[in-house]
Amino acid sequence: MEWIVPFFLTVITASTPLLLAATGELVTEKSGVLNLGVEGMMLVGAIAGFAVTASSGSAGLGIIAAVIAGTLMSLIFAFLTLTLMANQVATGLALTIFGVGFSALVGSGFVGFAIDPLPGLSIPGISAIPIIGPILFGQDFLVYLSIVAVIGVGWFLARSRAGLVLKAVGDSHHSAHAIGYSVIKIRYLATMFGGAMAGLGGAYLSLSYTPMWAENMTAGRGWIALALVVFATWRPGRLVAGAYMFGLISVMQLHAQGAGIHVPSQFMSMLPYLATVIVLVIISSDRAKIRLNAPACIGQAFRAAQ
Amino acid sequence: MVRLEPRRQHSQSMVYLSPVLAILMTLVVGGIIFAFMGKNPLDALYTFFILPINNSYGLSELFVKATPLVIIAVGLAMGFRANVWNIGAEGQLTMGAIFGGGLALYFYDSESVFLLPAMFVLGALGGAFWGAIPALLRTRFNANEILTSLMLTYVATLFLSFLVHGPWRNPEGFNFPESRPFPDAGLLPVIYDGTRVHLGTAVAVLVVIAGWLLLSKSVIGFQLRVVGKAPQAARHVGFRQKRMIWFTLLLSGGLAGLAGLFEVAGPIGQLQPSISPGYGFTAIIVAFLGRLHPVGILFGGLIMALTYLGGELAQITLGLPNAVTGLFQGILLFFLLACDVLTKYRVRFGSIAAKGRTA
Repeated sequence: MEWIVPFFLTVITASTPLLLAATGELVTEKSGVLNLGVEGMMLVGAIAGFAVTASSGSAGLGIIAAVIAGTLMSLIFAFLTLTLMANQVATGLALTIFGVGFSALVGSGFVGFAIDPLPGLSIPGISAIPIIGPILFGQDFLVYLSIVAVIGVGWFLARSRAGLVLKAVGDSHHSAHAIGYSVIKIRYLATMFGGAMAGLGGAYLSLSYTPMWAENMTAGRGWIALALVVFATWRPGRLVAGAYMFGLISVMQLHAQGAGIHVPSQFMSMLPYLATVIVLVIISSDRAKIRLNAPACIGQAFRAAQ
Repeated sequence: MVRLEPRRQHSQSMVYLSPVLAILMTLVVGGIIFAFMGKNPLDALYTFFILPINNSYGLSELFVKATPLVIIAVGLAMGFRANVWNIGAEGQLTMGAIFGGGLALYFYDSESVFLLPAMFVLGALGGAFWGAIPALLRTRFNANEILTSLMLTYVATLFLSFLVHGPWRNPEGFNFPESRPFPDAGLLPVIYDGTRVHLGTAVAVLVVIAGWLLLSKSVIGFQLRVVGKAPQAARHVGFRQKRMIWFTLLLSGGLAGLAGLFEVAGPIGQLQPSISPGYGFTAIIVAFLGRLHPVGILFGGLIMALTYLGGELAQITLGLPNAVTGLFQGILLFFLLACDVLTKYRVRFGSIAAKGRTA
């Protein structure tokens, strides 16, 4: 049974960056904005977090830097799409292309650096309980934050007044504007939250998952996070299930060989991407469900009539 | 205060001016970035954008790099016009190289003149096949083609990696992860001696002309133009969206596959784990830079090809990381999208109150 603890630990580590980024994107999309730049924001968050941690020695500062970097990236997107009304799909792609290049440029000075991984928050006594202790009580700060954030977002969207306003803006921007809400301002805030969370997701990769920097180290996780939001039909509860399912799929490669399964590694590496396609097909084919849950104004530019 | 005022009609001059403006702004920002990196901005910009093409060999390399970009972007632009977002051209390129290149490897001692044409066909079919999957998933299951086409890019790249590490590895190749070299009959002829400019470059020009004719003279081209400008009107007239999705994904996939085949049968000459420095993604920028028009794409392709050459040269002579290329490409697309606002809106200075006459 000694495989249980390491197995669950790898699943949690693989799921956390997806959950962080997807939670942010869910809020962004609920406000009616489709930001396809998650991959780029994660990469810039990853290098910002790593560079600051490596230079200052403080992981706390690194995490803050990642949040700021992700937010700044989302502000570029917000300015182009919300203020200048540029096409959201094209701008999101641009954000990813830019993020890949920018992170690689900044990161070229940090290749080969080593940092200590984020420390687990151990609680004396409890963390020592066999199996449950290390899995539930020995994780690092960002793992707990990912859970707290998704619960918080769930409460925010379902119970808070501000959450209702945000959903109203995403479902009918003209009505929300007519009632007197500032559509653009709310969308700016929701987009910035998405950027901050994507930055955190990236920081988790470079500070905890593999405490180092490598070009393109997100390897499509930003895109998988986007697919997860669809998979969850824009509901935070299902986001957790989806993120952990994908975490499980992506670590199968690590454990398959130990279990004596010999499939070429490339085919194992394909699994998360193939699973994303299959999941999208299954969820999207239920058109009624998508129509019921998707923000009605997603991807549409808004311009107040004057 | 700065305000945006909608134009009654799209400004025609801005349609042509905005890419020029975007390029200029990218150069300014690029200069600032170079200055931050401790380089003389003018020197660095000169190295990046002039030095690569101030000799005839450099100029020929520009055509070699622009070839796949132009071929892919012409296909993508058709889809973008109809709001079909194929962003998986990199994967379709890879599949084209696998299908067409696989034929060359199967007949590795062939001298037949039919080998190359057959590789063309298989390359295009391979790309179209990979584009058909997102088309099927979108039309049949409503799955977003942006995400599916991108996911399939990872799958295609991993599949190529599997092939050259495993079954297709060169048995006489010292265990390197690469295939046998293609036979001479499976290599694209060089059309200009002393350079690497190959038959594919000529095909790229034909693709531009064909794309132009398709867009301006054919019924489906007319539909593509209408769908882009007035989606609601198009729906009222009864243009079938599913047909548009199939057509644009098969076309852009096929062209990307052809471009991938040209890379492996041209400059590379065999299959390797990495056959493209992101041509499939850069082609997205080329399509926008060219205003989604085949002739514009020809120019856009040459400009983006220059960023690859400049990046390589800046790496060698200035010690700048190669990533500068991607950075420039991203910034250019930002400015392009930002400048596009000028075609639809007029920028007005002054407060709303001061402009009472339009109220």
